[in-house]
Amino acid sequence: MRLTLRIWRQKDPSVKGTMVTYKLDDISPDMSFLEMLDVLNERLIMDGDDPVAFDHDCREGICGMCGVMINGKAHGGEHTTTCQLHMRSFKDGDTIDVEPWRASPFPVIKDLAVDRRAFDRIIQAGGYISVPTGTAPEAHSTPVPKKDSDAAFDAATCIGCGACVAACPNASSMLFTAAKVTHLGLLPQGQPERYDRVVNMVTQQDLEGFGGCTNIGECSASCPKGISMETISRLNHDLLGALRAGVKPKS
Amino acid sequence: MPLDLFTVGDPIADTKAPTDVPIGERWSERKFRGRLVNPANRRKMTVIVVGTGLAGGSAAATLGEAGYKVKSFWYQDSPRRAHSVAAQGGINAAKNYRNDGDSVHRLFYDTVKGGDFRSRENNVHRLAEVSVNIIDQCVAQGVPFAREYGGLLDNRSFGGTQVSRTFYARGQTGQQLLYGAYQALERQMAAGNVEQHSRTEMLDLIVVDGRARGIVARDLVTGEISTHYADAVVLATGGYGNVFYLSTNAKGSNATAIWRAHKRGAYFANPCYTQIHPTCIPVHGEYQSKLTLMSESLRNDGRVWVPKERGDTRDPRDIPEDERDYYLERIYPSFGNLVPRDIASRQAKNVCDEGRGVGPNGLGVYLDFAEAIERLGRPAVEAKYGNLFDMYAQITGEDPYRTPMRIYPAVHYTMGGLWVDYDLQSTIPGMFVIGEANFSDHGANRLGASALMQGLADGYFVLPATITEYLADGPFEKIGDSHPAAVEAVQGVQAQIQKLLNINGTRSVASFHRELGKLMWDLCGMERSEESLRKALDRIPEIRQEFWTNVKVVGDWHSFNQNLEQAGRVADFIELAELMCVDALHRNESCGGHFRAESQTPEGEALRDDENFAYVAAWEWTPEGAPPVLHREDLEYEYVHLAQRSYK
Repeated sequence: MRLTLRIWRQKDPSVKGTMVTYKLDDISPDMSFLEMLDVLNERLIMDGDDPVAFDHDCREGICGMCGVMINGKAHGGEHTTTCQLHMRSFKDGDTIDVEPWRASPFPVIKDLAVDRRAFDRIIQAGGYISVPTGTAPEAHSTPVPKKDSDAAFDAATCIGCGACVAACPNASSMLFTAAKVTHLGLLPQGQPERYDRVVNMVTQQDLEGFGGCTNIGECSASCPKGISMETISRLNHDLLGALRAGVKPKS
Repeated sequence: MPLDLFTVGDPIADTKAPTDVPIGERWSERKFRGRLVNPANRRKMTVIVVGTGLAGGSAAATLGEAGYKVKSFWYQDSPRRAHSVAAQGGINAAKNYRNDGDSVHRLFYDTVKGGDFRSRENNVHRLAEVSVNIIDQCVAQGVPFAREYGGLLDNRSFGGTQVSRTFYARGQTGQQLLYGAYQALERQMAAGNVEQHSRTEMLDLIVVDGRARGIVARDLVTGEISTHYADAVVLATGGYGNVFYLSTNAKGSNATAIWRAHKRGAYFANPCYTQIHPTCIPVHGEYQSKLTLMSESLRNDGRVWVPKERGDTRDPRDIPEDERDYYLERIYPSFGNLVPRDIASRQAKNVCDEGRGVGPNGLGVYLDFAEAIERLGRPAVEAKYGNLFDMYAQITGEDPYRTPMRIYPAVHYTMGGLWVDYDLQSTIPGMFVIGEANFSDHGANRLGASALMQGLADGYFVLPATITEYLADGPFEKIGDSHPAAVEAVQGVQAQIQKLLNINGTRSVASFHRELGKLMWDLCGMERSEESLRKALDRIPEIRQEFWTNVKVVGDWHSFNQNLEQAGRVADFIELAELMCVDALHRNESCGGHFRAESQTPEGEALRDDENFAYVAAWEWTPEGAPPVLHREDLEYEYVHLAQRSYK
């Protein structure tokens, strides 16, 4: 396949970026999208140019490290991560635009790599169950209905890639936060901290500068793990309950 | 064995396990005899933990909870990315929830046998004991394990065992366990107990007066080289499978931390023990950057076969039953498709070597679910393996519900690693090594669902209990950047980086890595022989020489430079590869994942030589030009009797 790539190049956060055009011949349809970028980078290196910086690690769709906008769609719009997108999804002669996640809480580090530590700080605000090592009771002491356990699992599959934020016109992190609130809130183990969790996590996402949720649904539509909008309803339900109960954020 | 390849040093022994009491009491006894650190003193002590996978994440969280000051380092943006996240199948625990005869002793027995009698009984028994606590801990954290309709936890069986003791969360068990540890870790970060060093890579160990006292690290965003000091250093940096370039490891997985610690004096044990996983998606092209595993749990319901005739290119669905060879079921009637990984991999290689392999290059075998779909129905198969089937379809463009999967072995895990004693302490006092980065529990072959168990056992329960014995002597004298050991380490790191940037040769880092990987796969892979290993040992120094004179690394050191990161890692892989080949050549026997062509039974199974090789090979680094020094740790089997493994 022959392709024209237009890639966002930005040396560091202090300078303005721009789209730069590259031509590639000889791309196999069996390559993954990142392998195609590897081929480009190998060429740039041999020409003494600066290779395109992009984040990636497991390359099997589970670590959440990769993620770019491809033709304006997060991860290319195929319900998969960028690393699992294969070139057979494109046609010979295509022009492909490649850009980083665009959201102010995700500042660009270089080219296509952005800083997503804001997500970790949302988890730090309450995305856990407080159970220090060694304090756990016997696992079978609390049966969990299978339907709750399965639904908790579905929410827990969020990989924290940030596609939801990148796809959202408001750059809202609601789906990410709601997935964790849902995962832990559906389990009996998560009940004691349920209200504090939701209030603190929502407060943190506001502090980070993520936008508000207006139920557009681009987040779920672009989520490689198919996290459902239902999690957002659940978050709102918990949040209302918490506020009615007078729960205040800790910060 | 000619002496030019290595020299033999003093034997080494693990003296920390209390062998004066029966094996079932040793771990309790060790914890009782070890000294403790009182809560007020813990606040005065700092522990560095490098890596945030199952072992590092759980250790950092647990040490933070205990009241130590912890500094956590990882190279990705978030600790949640560590490659433990990719583990699919499950985690073993001797809960005996299935009432099928499981027990701590049986898990211990299966693991020693599965490791082909090259692991330590004391360590493995402890692992089996602790396994039950891990499940309790994870469930309390909210890890959504698979459950039965009654609300209790489900189990499945895995290779190398005849009981169902594997807990799982669909095909994403590693992800869910890691998020449990990650959330505990983030909670400690929020509490101010764990200092965060994101996108930071350890490049050297600082050793002062024989004790590990800190690390030199590079901030991967700014390029800044920094020093960090502590009373103890814990390495949880994973395995070295990426020596082979193509493996199921993450692209960033590397051996730099353990290799540089090795060069500072930590012995490296059994580097030749690598695990080739039988069920991976076959290689499809030269540009390929990594291999993807299909969980071994698929072998519970999938049947492995190849055509009986060579060169049979018919569509697999058109090949009648009586013209198929379900070779694992045929050769190993009692374990069938659930034989351990090393055996399943080698048999796949054998049938492909016979010319009966399938797929475009003949390097593949079928993993067929037709019978399972008929027996269980498609919805049940989807529920169990849905995400794996989707992943397969995404990568290959084929639908595994309709046509059999094609699979082939790939490098997956490394049983070797830095030598540690029962306390998980390396030969450098104050440096502890946990998870895949150490060598301790799996012998020459790791059983499925045992890596997650070991990572979490080490991080949650073992290290936090044993490190107190060392820290009881602390806090140690403060050191700063002007200390000669720190100055020397920083200068060494800077000099190497500068050297890499100055070469400006004609070959890319990736081209060296690919060449090294192919050489290791061909000559030190699923089958090794004296001839192949000697060939590798002739070639590797040439690759190293060429690398250091002809590699091209672009950019500068004081910016985000992924090319430079990779160059440093590949430089270390080249050196490690050489030690792997020396170890593989010296171990003139077959055991587990280490299969020497010269040492096999008449049926072609691995033939151990217990008389001469029932030991751990712990290698001491020597400067270039001098051969490495071998220190033997004898292995004794008190409770599980040495026997030829049989899965027939």
